[in-house]
Amino acid sequence: MSEPLLSVEDLRVGFTTEGGRLQAVDGVSFGVAPGEVLAIVGESGSGKSVTAQTILGLTRSPNATIEGSVRLRGTELVDAGEAELRQVRGAQIGMVFQDPMTSLNPVYRVGGQIVEAIRAHGSDTSKEAARERAIELLDSVGIVDAERRVDDYPHEFSGGMRQRAMIAMALALEPEVLIADEPTTALDVTIQAQILRLLEGLNRERNLATILITHDLGVVAEVADRVLVMYAGRVVEEGALDEIFYDPQHPYTWGLLGSLSRIDRPRPHRLPQISGAPPSLISLPEGCAFRTRCPHEFAKCSQQPPLEAKLADGAGHADRCWLDLERKREKRQVGGRIGLEAPS
Amino acid sequence: MARFAIRRLAGMVLVLFAVSVLVFAIFNLIPNSDPAQRMAGKNADATLVKSIEEDWGFDEPVWVQYGSMMEKLFTGELISYGDQLNVVDRIVEGLPATFSLGIGAAVIWLFFGVLFGYLSGTRAGGWLDRALTVGSVAGISIPVFLIATLFLYFLTYKIELFPASGYVPLEEDPIQWAYHLILPWFTLAILNIGFYSRVLRSSMLNVMNEDYVRTARAKGLDENRVMVRHVLRNSLIPIVTLFGLDFGATIFGGAIITEVIFSLGGVGQYSAEAITNLDLPPLMAVTFFGAFFVVLFNALTDIVYAYLDPRIRLGASAQ
Amino acid sequence: MASGDPLIEVTDLVKHFPIKSGLLIDREVDQVRAVDGISFNVASGQTLGLVGESGSGKSTACRAMLQLLKPTSGSVRFEGQEISGLSRREMRPLRRQMQMIFQDPYASLNPRKRVGQIVGSPLQLQGIASGAELRKQVQELLERVGLSSEHYDRYPHEFSGGQRQRIGIARAIALKPKLVVADEPVSALDVSIQAQIVNLLDDLQDELGLTYVFVAHDIGVVRHVSDRIAVMHDGKIVEEGNADQVCERPADPYTKKLLAAVPIPDPRESRARRQATLRSA
Repeated sequence: MSEPLLSVEDLRVGFTTEGGRLQAVDGVSFGVAPGEVLAIVGESGSGKSVTAQTILGLTRSPNATIEGSVRLRGTELVDAGEAELRQVRGAQIGMVFQDPMTSLNPVYRVGGQIVEAIRAHGSDTSKEAARERAIELLDSVGIVDAERRVDDYPHEFSGGMRQRAMIAMALALEPEVLIADEPTTALDVTIQAQILRLLEGLNRERNLATILITHDLGVVAEVADRVLVMYAGRVVEEGALDEIFYDPQHPYTWGLLGSLSRIDRPRPHRLPQISGAPPSLISLPEGCAFRTRCPHEFAKCSQQPPLEAKLADGAGHADRCWLDLERKREKRQVGGRIGLEAPS
Repeated sequence: MARFAIRRLAGMVLVLFAVSVLVFAIFNLIPNSDPAQRMAGKNADATLVKSIEEDWGFDEPVWVQYGSMMEKLFTGELISYGDQLNVVDRIVEGLPATFSLGIGAAVIWLFFGVLFGYLSGTRAGGWLDRALTVGSVAGISIPVFLIATLFLYFLTYKIELFPASGYVPLEEDPIQWAYHLILPWFTLAILNIGFYSRVLRSSMLNVMNEDYVRTARAKGLDENRVMVRHVLRNSLIPIVTLFGLDFGATIFGGAIITEVIFSLGGVGQYSAEAITNLDLPPLMAVTFFGAFFVVLFNALTDIVYAYLDPRIRLGASAQ
Repeated sequence: MASGDPLIEVTDLVKHFPIKSGLLIDREVDQVRAVDGISFNVASGQTLGLVGESGSGKSTACRAMLQLLKPTSGSVRFEGQEISGLSRREMRPLRRQMQMIFQDPYASLNPRKRVGQIVGSPLQLQGIASGAELRKQVQELLERVGLSSEHYDRYPHEFSGGQRQRIGIARAIALKPKLVVADEPVSALDVSIQAQIVNLLDDLQDELGLTYVFVAHDIGVVRHVSDRIAVMHDGKIVEEGNADQVCERPADPYTKKLLAAVPIPDPRESRARRQATLRSA
């Protein structure tokens, strides 16, 4: 296996809020190899967005405590100075956010914002050269008539075009890593398909390592190589794409897979669900954070948070659950498919 | 654009008409405002009053009086009831002082308002922010006449640093012109500095949480550039709106108290006298031209606003 | 009325929004044809799923159907009675029979009111109950949607998205309506919570004999809850039929495109599908 390009080790991010101390990310570790697509899956409160933003130092603030390590080709980023971090942003790691309408400044032209990104790193690119490059970039992400579109304002672009422009801007300086935080959640499904194709193409052509944050397992199945499942700030399972979908080890993963409504299968009588709701990050349950919603909970679950258990056969397939392997494989079968028991 | 201009023009005509009718009506309804009586003096007899009425046309029906007053206003022949002098001439005489006061104060309050607002916004919660907040609130709360009086007392009487009154025309002596206007400028500006810095601070705090600011940082821009080009630029939009309205109101005699206290002899002072004497013609003229400026600046503000925010296009149909 | 009779019949429903422009006075120069002539029926006790992307007109169609927006033209018959064109006063008694659940659980509940007030106000407004009886009925409703009666005195911000949506549902069924129009009721919720809400709506339909019009952009969710599906595009219904049939054997090219775009949460199938598309391209 190739050396990880980006490695995150025991990352912890806590915020002090009016309601108390909130641990948004609680000991997250993973690596991304060059050209690999890693999907981070989770729901609200899972910490996936905070993790992504912390990689680029975007969560730094007076009431945030960040510990652990984020290394890009050996350079530590967690305690890096602002100047160093700025060199990484855009030039080595590019980022795309969820809502392209609000993520672009409405008062500046799209081309101008891309030019700003190009010229941000003290390069000697002239305005004209930067503008030419911006047109090239817009064209490369599939925007028709880029020559004219480069002078449009964000509100003159459609939702899909805006996201393409954001991607173009993030890749303007040819970074090796792209972090995409829910890039298609705000888009229509037909546009989502186009954007996913685009991201796939970019990943292939440029060997672009991609961290894709999403809550949609369908998106994961289409583009990911490896998957990280997060819950309440912790990684509960990680593994290769097929391992996660066909041999999942954590009850939460079973629940996510079980509650999907698939249009290519006959519909179940009742949609399997996960009971309860994601916990408040200010007052997490003792031990395993998922246990309050897990029908397989037993005594050990409330005593300590489960440790990482690696599977012998899976290369890098690991999870955090106290159940042993045979029990897991047995318990996850619900009504002929993988799922979490639905309440009767 | 043409469509916008035409609509605004039509609107302006309506506003000015309504304002003039309103002023006229109010004046005619105020007790003790009978101009004939006032002109005749305290111990006048009925015949004198009657002859004044005939001479001046006060015995005619109300709408005729209105009509003839407006006519005289537009032809520049409006005469004051109080001092029998041409109103428009007096106004023109007073304009340099009023404009000097208004424009100077506006420059000062914009500069300091934006500066303090920016400092407060970027260092929100810090000691500088708190100090500026206290200062702003004080500036907004202390009445203009009190500020003026304090200035006069401390800076012209206790320490004779500045002249206490008077206006020196710019062409005559620029240094003296400015020297005489410094206190009035700051008197007028302090209120607005306080106000504008609060508005900008609040606007900036909102904008700082916007997604595009996060994108700007993620692109690797340095913090100054993020603050100025992304945060400040978008935060200024409400300031522009306010300024358009404030300036329009101030520029044509809105600074009455300041002008009176510092005896600047501008349009504001003239209207103060007219109010005291219940003298309708000057009031009508000043109000009329004041309304004109307010409407004009309103329209200009809208144009600038559309320039600042490309999502707003004047007179555009739905996209 | 017998189950199977249409509860609601929409015929040629049109809703246009005028675009105004003019020199001095605004004149209508063009229109936004949000809903451009749609027709459908929903039988009593059944669920019609209305699927479409943004701008398809599905939300406008719902509001026009319920007379929350005045339709430009067309007919809407509820239980055989023509309701399009009724005055507000005439509509009032009918409003008890038709209710709506909205998309955004964070925006559709008044943050200044307590849950008890929110759920109870329809009962109060229609003069059905008051005082202690009102409180009791509201508490029953809260329990029925999976909340607890002690939530009566709390404020919306104290609840999660899924719970707020339950509150919205409790409010919608308070008057025991016949028809419930759900406009994207689960789109703003986490996936694991979506399933809970969908199941709740299913249960309530069985218990209370409700008829649903379920609007969403997620065809997977729509298919699960619907008996029939209508696909909307650019203000028109491009395909309508039995839910399974529309999803498995779509006839219209837009429907096919929509279904093809839905990502399949199954890596092998997803790869197979893409191979097939590449080969046929």
